[in-house]
Amino acid sequence: MAALDLIAAGFGGQGILFLGEVLAWAAVLEGKNATWLPSYGPEQRGGTATCTVVVAGGTIGSPVVADPEVLVAMNGPSLDKFAPRVRPGGLVIVDASMVDRPVARSDVRVVRVDAVAQAAALGDVRMANMVLLGALLAAVPVVSLDAVKRVLADQFPPPNEALAAANVKAVTGGMAASRGAAQPLR
Amino acid sequence: MRPESPMTRVFGRPPVLIETPTHYCPGCTHGIAHRLVAEVIDELGLRGRTIGVASVGCSVLAYHYLDVDFQQAAHGRAPAVATGIKRVLPGRVVFTYQGDGDLAAIGTAEIIHAANRGERITVIFINNAVYGMTGGQMAPTTLVGMRTTTTPAGRDPVVYGFPLRVAELLAPLPGVAYASRVALSSPAHVNRAKRSIRRAFQTQLDGLGFSIVEMLSTCPVGWGQTPIDAMRWLEAEMFPVFPLGELKAPAEVKA
Amino acid sequence: MMPAFTKGNEAIAESAIRAGLRAYFGYPVTPQSELPEYLARRLPERGGVFLQAESEIAAINMVYGAGARVMISTSGPGFSLMQEGLSYLVGAEVPCVVVDMMRGGPGLGNIAPAQGDYFQATKSAGHGDGRLLVLAPWSVQEACDLTRVAFDLADRYRNPVAILGDGLLGQMMEPVVLPAPVEPARDVAWATTGAGSGPARVITSLDLEPEALEARNRRLQEKYRRAQQEVRWEGYRLDDADVAVVAYGISARIARTAVDRARDEGVAAGLVRPITLFPFPSQAVRDVASRVRIVLVTELSAGQMVEDVRLAADGRVPVRFYGRFGGMVSTPPEILDQIEQAASEVRAA
Ligand SMILES: Cc1ncc(C[n+]2csc(CCOP(=O)(O)OP(=O)(O)O)c2C)c(N)n1
Ligand code: SF4
Repeated sequence: MAALDLIAAGFGGQGILFLGEVLAWAAVLEGKNATWLPSYGPEQRGGTATCTVVVAGGTIGSPVVADPEVLVAMNGPSLDKFAPRVRPGGLVIVDASMVDRPVARSDVRVVRVDAVAQAAALGDVRMANMVLLGALLAAVPVVSLDAVKRVLADQFPPPNEALAAANVKAVTGGMAASRGAAQPLR
Repeated sequence: MRPESPMTRVFGRPPVLIETPTHYCPGCTHGIAHRLVAEVIDELGLRGRTIGVASVGCSVLAYHYLDVDFQQAAHGRAPAVATGIKRVLPGRVVFTYQGDGDLAAIGTAEIIHAANRGERITVIFINNAVYGMTGGQMAPTTLVGMRTTTTPAGRDPVVYGFPLRVAELLAPLPGVAYASRVALSSPAHVNRAKRSIRRAFQTQLDGLGFSIVEMLSTCPVGWGQTPIDAMRWLEAEMFPVFPLGELKAPAEVKA
Repeated sequence: MMPAFTKGNEAIAESAIRAGLRAYFGYPVTPQSELPEYLARRLPERGGVFLQAESEIAAINMVYGAGARVMISTSGPGFSLMQEGLSYLVGAEVPCVVVDMMRGGPGLGNIAPAQGDYFQATKSAGHGDGRLLVLAPWSVQEACDLTRVAFDLADRYRNPVAILGDGLLGQMMEPVVLPAPVEPARDVAWATTGAGSGPARVITSLDLEPEALEARNRRLQEKYRRAQQEVRWEGYRLDDADVAVVAYGISARIARTAVDRARDEGVAAGLVRPITLFPFPSQAVRDVASRVRIVLVTELSAGQMVEDVRLAADGRVPVRFYGRFGGMVSTPPEILDQIEQAASEVRAA
């Protein structure tokens, strides 16, 4: 898949912005265009964080996305707010450790991953964002794992290469967990 | 059930302090300063005749917390707005609440001239050594060597001069009737700070001139410290540069 | 070359350094603080001066004194405070680059993206009859490229040049290929250097004699006439368009997606994007207005550029306006809706 637009949302501190940055940067490394937009406007309030990423082979028009193809929701309020906006046929990725309610839509694919639990098992709950990124890549391979690895290596240069490796593990863990986990469209 | 024991109320929310969730970061002393101002307004019975002027900085929303009339001023201009209010309504109690970027950088002209005119207003001045709201840039009060987002290698006095001591700068002006510096870093200091705010408002009520209380405050977020470390840092690093005490006080209001 | 992946604010800062920036003066304000913070880290190590001033009023006057490639950046409230200084720069013909990353207004407003400073940037440099040249990038790459253009125009016309962006452009990240560094001439003929053996140089905007001040103004106006050759704009899918959307900066990007979606639905829509806001691409707008059946202007304001579009279109076609403001940002479906309304309006006619 070449193009994608996505909104990722959660609490501040959950690494939402970083998730988007890794994805967008990986796309750029693969020669694609990408835009990354942090929370803006009313979304900026109240401890929530959102980011919008658009990836495309050619020119990107609007970096502002009202009706994303993909939603990554790291908490309940984000799911409630953004799930209704996902385009029909799109994809909703939910951190099942943080959100227990179902996604009230039958026209989108849903992937539920215990991201926080899985990250905790890997030693740091803050890597839940990378688990979700992995889940995303398994469902829509918009960038290669290799590009993601290069971005993480760049983000955690020596002497932090252990962090880079741990984050890669979180991504591959998320990929494995979500493979086949996507509920088909009903 | 036990019979009700006779209790005296030793602590409570001052009525002027609105009960609402705060937007300040954990460990920020803006909240303490708000409370002290609220207590003094209540204790002096000034609630129905006080007008506050909010500045531009993290305390821009002071009117969400203090239940008195408020006007929100442009960055640095609060003393001018307060002057306008007080000159037209000399019988009201008027105070500004300003940060160190607001008062001591962009608003230097307004504060000096309000003080020099002896405006009968009270200035609550929060010195937290950085610009909190905009993300921890250097303020005129930033300590030498202190790293901020615009002094990544630390404040260099050759480039930026030395921390501006506002209380010392204003105290000698004849229009200034009361000037003090207090700290919000421990219960004892907080109690002293409250006495000082009371005296500043009393100075205004007595028509004696301009009054200012400079409060050494924390900005854990801007400083990149935990709330507790920030309290310690304030006392260890700011006290030597910004000595506490009453620099000027009219005999009448000296308690 | 592998592009960097950067925020608009930082791309402008790095591009300015590569354009030979000698000095930056500014005062913190959201949503552009990444720009001075980047320069605080990088400009001194590359031999330039970085100074945080005590206010925007001081900062623009430091710029007035710099006599070299100099930049200042701000957002709405600070841009207002710079107006007096900009008027002096224009009057004395002192170049500089001023960046305004617009936010919601009026007054303190908020820090969310907006385009409400169009009038203030394009209609007058403070008081008097002076103008800023105004460039409006729509992407991080263009913000980077136009920064170089801005310095060149400022020097060529000895006039302040504004880069008018918004909080969204400043804080979004995109790939950007940075230009190679240049080393501009250091001694400019007009600057007060205190080192001349020739006649003393005086920088002033004062002319006590009205004849002299009128002559100065004629010179400025002549300059702005010459600057008409700097007009830049871009058209997109206009060839057979019935509906021409006119938008600049971030609004134009949002509109571009809406135009594509309209085309998918069989509505012949196109986009006119002014890149220079002063000089305004009036001729281009006029030409397009003569070919299409209706024009839709969209801005993150209550309607500012639309006045220039109406002047240019000069009654040739109906000109409709759609704006969001106060920090609210329009979305492609919203603009698509407006395009469809415009299209059905002309179909009905
Ligand atoms: C004219 C103008 N310039 C800049 C700003 C941006 N600004 C908002 S708050 C602030 C500084 C706040 O620092 P301080 O006064 O120290 O208060 P604190 O946030 O630390 O409490 C600045 C520069 C503005 N709102 N208006
Ligand atoms: S940024 Fe600093 S001054 Fe502002 S609320 Fe947070 S801790 Fe307080």
